[in-house]
Parts: sequence; structure tokens; C-alpha cells
Amino acid sequence: MARNLSMNEAVNEALDQEMARDPAVIVMGEDISGGTGAPGEDDAWGGPLGVTKGLSVKHGDRVMDTPLSESAFIGAAIGAACSGLRPVAELMFVDFMGVCFDEIFNQAAKFRYMFGGKAETPVVIRCMAGAGFRAAAQHSQMLTPIFTHIPGLKVVFPSNAYDAKGLLIQSIRDNDPVIFFEHKNLYDTKTDVPEGLYTIPFAEANVVREGGDATIVTYGQTVQRSLDAASTLAKEGIECDVIDLRTLSPIDMDTVLESVEETGRLVCVDEANPRCSIAADVSATVTQEIFGSLKAGVRMVTAPHTPVPFSPALEDIYIPGADRIASAVRQTVAN
Amino acid sequence: MPGTITPIVMPKWGLSMKEGTVTRWIVQEGDEIAVGNEIVEIETEKIASALEATDSGLLRRLVAEEGDLLPVKALLGVLVEGEVSDDEIDAFVEGFVVPEDDDEDDEEELGPAYLYAETAAGRLRYTSQGEGAETVLLVHGFGGDLDNWLFNIDALAAESTVVALDLPGHGPSPTPIPDPSVPGLANAVLEFMDAADVGAAHLVGHSLGGAIALALAASAPGRVRSVTLVCPAGLGPDINRDYIDGFVSSASRRQLKPVLENLFADAGLVNRSLVDGVLRYKRLDGVTESLTALADGVFPGGAQSWVEPGLIAGLEAPALVIFGAEDRIVPASHADAASGATVEIVDGAGHMVQMEAAPRVNSLISAHIARAAG
Repeated sequence: MARNLSMNEAVNEALDQEMARDPAVIVMGEDISGGTGAPGEDDAWGGPLGVTKGLSVKHGDRVMDTPLSESAFIGAAIGAACSGLRPVAELMFVDFMGVCFDEIFNQAAKFRYMFGGKAETPVVIRCMAGAGFRAAAQHSQMLTPIFTHIPGLKVVFPSNAYDAKGLLIQSIRDNDPVIFFEHKNLYDTKTDVPEGLYTIPFAEANVVREGGDATIVTYGQTVQRSLDAASTLAKEGIECDVIDLRTLSPIDMDTVLESVEETGRLVCVDEANPRCSIAADVSATVTQEIFGSLKAGVRMVTAPHTPVPFSPALEDIYIPGADRIASAVRQTVAN
Repeated sequence: MPGTITPIVMPKWGLSMKEGTVTRWIVQEGDEIAVGNEIVEIETEKIASALEATDSGLLRRLVAEEGDLLPVKALLGVLVEGEVSDDEIDAFVEGFVVPEDDDEDDEEELGPAYLYAETAAGRLRYTSQGEGAETVLLVHGFGGDLDNWLFNIDALAAESTVVALDLPGHGPSPTPIPDPSVPGLANAVLEFMDAADVGAAHLVGHSLGGAIALALAASAPGRVRSVTLVCPAGLGPDINRDYIDGFVSSASRRQLKPVLENLFADAGLVNRSLVDGVLRYKRLDGVTESLTALADGVFPGGAQSWVEPGLIAGLEAPALVIFGAEDRIVPASHADAASGATVEIVDGAGHMVQMEAAPRVNSLISAHIARAAG
């Protein structure tokens, strides 16, 4: 039966059902249960935004509060993964990756390769990302490109509750390290989510709207903004394909190329800073592979090359909005 | 006698439909419309089809223009019986308010969209619409669900109580299939009828559901008042096993779309939403295993394992066989074996004839049920 669930409920349900199905799945992170040093207050927090609330009651010590030391608990999760468990570690905000990045990029990402395929690291690192939450420059970044740069990491970014549940279950069952992004501004958005377990395969982009005049490629929070732009443009007679990449490593370029071969026009929308971003990557690949199909220059709509501002007025215009996306599409179509 | 004004509104085809596009008016202003006439072509997220008139009258006003995207229950046109002035029609159009499409209100008005029956095979989803004395039970085919009947349920519910179920292993919460064979599934449908308080019914089965309906009519004749077999399995050995295997193994939209195009005479009907809906089902844990077991049970080695056309002649209940002339899953020539049944071949339609030629199929089923009910 399908019900409307919010994205944080969908993430919670995926963790709950996979823990019930597979005893090797454990969940760990800062304050995901009661908060360290708070005996007698189990399940008080459920993470800073309550996403894991209720899990410790159902699954006991398989839901572990950790010390406030990312390098320790992310390292422990990766070690546990190599030793037969399937840990889901919550890094809280992705902005904290700096203190545990050696474990991620130089250890977890390399084990399969350096041990000749004999080691597997089935760890999931969940992290909140993105701007619009009034959390300032150190808690609002879109650091996806840093992870897609590293071979050996898989990078997942759902834009809605249905995808979040299916992609998280797929991530837990995957035998490689997966960085699972959750956009703070999407937690309350609701969609139909099946009760049972299901998986969405990696590297399968979702064509969320079909148009034919121009292609918009994006992920995460800007999927809905791109759809809003496409609705506005449809009233002007411009019909857009809107592609939600869903996974950034591996990435489904076939769907993008197929669409651009038909439309000849591409707008890449990315909440990350522009240089070496997902938008830059997709633009370069399309230009290299099917230059002859392009009818206009590729355009990117991204955040500026600055930290995320704390001023609400500035933060709002920092994130690519429907207006900017629509005007970029108009520019490609005018050519 | 004062005249009456009847609105023609955007239909709601299927429980998820919110809006539709008017693609073509089939009739013109000034035409006399009878119940059952096709009046306008509508395209939804799922599929395109023609809207049939549910009222009669003179078509006095086309309100919706071709190309308009309108919400469910929006005003498309105005039918008039008797004397009504243009001013009165203007006032009616002006004052028409589209009811809010609110699912919770719908549930209060129409009862819950979905019901559940506890059976030995597990919890099966079904829907029950209409309040007629005769009950029609719709049984979908391999890999389908009750939404395969989205263009048929409302039309048939105008005269009958229409029940459509998800077979074991199918629908959004699929249970394992205890016995993946035609007689096994016929037994599961009989148990469903008991659990859902369906006494005797007019069975309408599509594809594998056709074979199931035939098996059930033969094994439980007291529960079956008529049978309609739509592009049914069970009449001959042939089955497009490439389609079946492709359906089971396709994991992505790109793989699945060309497979699903085999279901329709017009491949253009297979749109993004239709493919996504099937993918949502196929991604559920256990579905691939269930469908593999079912395919091996009913179509082992690329041929149908249960072929019993001879049962039709011995049925107490009257039988109707409908095929799409361009069926690429089960050949329409299998109808030749249906001795004892009325046979209708619908031109320009494929295996999903009940969707692709819904008005025609609905009127064939309605007439068959009316004859059987006497």
C-alpha cells in the first residue's frame, strides 16, 4: 500500500526495515539516539533533525551514539564494514567531512582496489547537505563534487521520499562505500512511498518531465525548482525534459545524452559551487560526446563561487531558483 | 417543459488521475448525443482514450478547446435537453465551479478507494465500485494489477457492482504466489471471492487472468454467471515468451519501454508514467522471484502449460472472447479454438485492448452481462 511519507520518515523506515531484515546492519553517529552521556534519555534526539528517532527503541544497541569525533566513528564504521557488518554512519552535516576524510577517500575508497578485490567495504555514510536552512557557511555546503572526484566511492542524492527509501536500501545492500546525501530542505516534502522494501538501481536517472525543446539536468533540491521553471516555460511554448540524476557516482550519462541528442539544448543546474561541479562535469561530457547534436552553447546555473551567506536575503538568491533556471533555458532556445 | 442542462466534465480515469488534456473533439456543437457515444479524446499521464457520453442531449456548447490541460471534473461542454436559451447556457458556464479534487473528500463520497481481503494467499488489495445487482469481477494478467482496468471500472460500475483485485504476487504490496499455476491462481481467486463476500460474479479476465477465469468457471460453476475472456491465455500453446522474459528481467526504463510497447497496437501509448508505474512494482523485494516462478509455472519452455479451450463448450455460463486484432503477446488466432463462445476481434488494438479500445470493450462486456443476467 502506498502512503504519503516525508523524506525523513522514508529514510527512517528504510533504516528500520533493513535492520529488521539483516542483522548485519547497524546505525551509528552523534546524537542519533539519546545523545552521548545522557543515560536514561534514550531516543531523546534521534539525530539533530530527528531522522533516526525511534530506531534505538526497536533495535537496541545496534543503534549507537558515538563520541563527538568524526575521525573515530567514521573510521570505526569503515573497519566494521570490512569485518562483515553493514554500518550506516551518520556524519550529520557533510561540512564535517574534513576531519574524517582520510578514512573515506584514502582508506574506504581504496580497499577493494588495493587488496585485489578481496576486501569489500559495505558502509553507508549519510550526511545532510545544502543551503536554505539558515545554518551559515560551515553547515550549508553542497560538497557533492569532492566525493564524485574519488574513484571507489558511490554518491547518491535523492530528491524525494520515494527515491530516498529505495536508494538508501540499495546503498545498504551495495558492497562498496556509499555517500548518501540528504538535503535538509527536502525532509518535509511528501510523496507516495510503498510500505514494503524496494530498491532503486544506481546509475538510473529519472526523467521527471518530458518536453523536447531543451534538457535540464539536476539533482537534489533543484529538481523541484527545475520543474517549476519548466512549468513556467511551458506557458511560453518551451517544453523541457527535466532529468533528476539521482546518483552522481555512478552517473547515468546515457539518459542525458539521449535527451540532448533530441533537444540539442542543455542547461545543467547544480547547487554546488560552479568550478569542477556536477554541472561542469555533465556539460563537459555532453560537449565531448555529442557536440554535433548541440544547437546552442551549454549553460550552467549554479551557486556562485563564494561561501554560503548567512544573510537570509543573500542565501535565497545563492541557491539556483526557478527564475534563473528559466532564463538560462530561454537563452539556449533563443540561439 | 423547462429544459435541463447537463455538464460534460473531465473524467477521472484511475485513482491517481488529477488532470487531463483535451486532444480532439469527436463531436461538434449541434450534434445530438446518445449515451455511449464517444465525444472527446482525452490524454492523461497514463494513456489516451475517448470519453463516452453518460447522458444524452443536444451538444450546445464546447467549452474546452483542443490542447487544454484541465483538472478532473472541469467543464468540457454542455448538453441540453428541451428548451434552454443561450443566455441560460452562458450563465451556467460562467457559474460553473470545478469541485476541489481532494482525495479525502472522494473517500467520504465514494467510499475508500482500496479495500483489502485476508485470504490464504495473503492480504489482497481490491476495489469495489458501483451498486448494481450484478457483480462483475475483473482479473488482470501476468505482471498487471487492478489499474489495468482503469478505463473499464467506472463505465461498468454504472450498471453493476464492479470488483477488481490484485492477484497474489501483484500490486503495490505483493504477497508470495503459493501455487504459480492457472488452477492454483483460480483457487486463489475463489478464496478471494469468499473473503470479499462476492457470491456469484460475471468474470472478466485479461490475458493470464482469462485462463484463470475460464478455469474458475469450469471448477466452480455456481459462482460464475458469465465469463468474458479478453486476449486470454488458455486457448492455445503460443505465448510471446520474449515479452515475458523481457518484462521480468528489465531493470531500467530504457530496457522496459520497448518491452511494454509490445502490449499496444499504438506503441506511442507507452509513456513515461506507464513505464515508471511498472518499474515501481518490479523494484519491490520479491517481485522478480515471484514473476520468475509464475512464468516458469504457466509458460514453461516458451509455451503455455494450461491449454483448455474445450472447457468453454461445457460451461453453464455464457462466454465471450475478445481479442485485439494486433495482439503481439497471445495471437488473436487462438480465438478460433473458442468453440461455444461469442468471439469479437477489435481492429486497431493490441494485447491491452481493454485500455486501447476501452469504449468498444466496455460496451461488449456490458451487453454480454445484460444478456447473461437475462
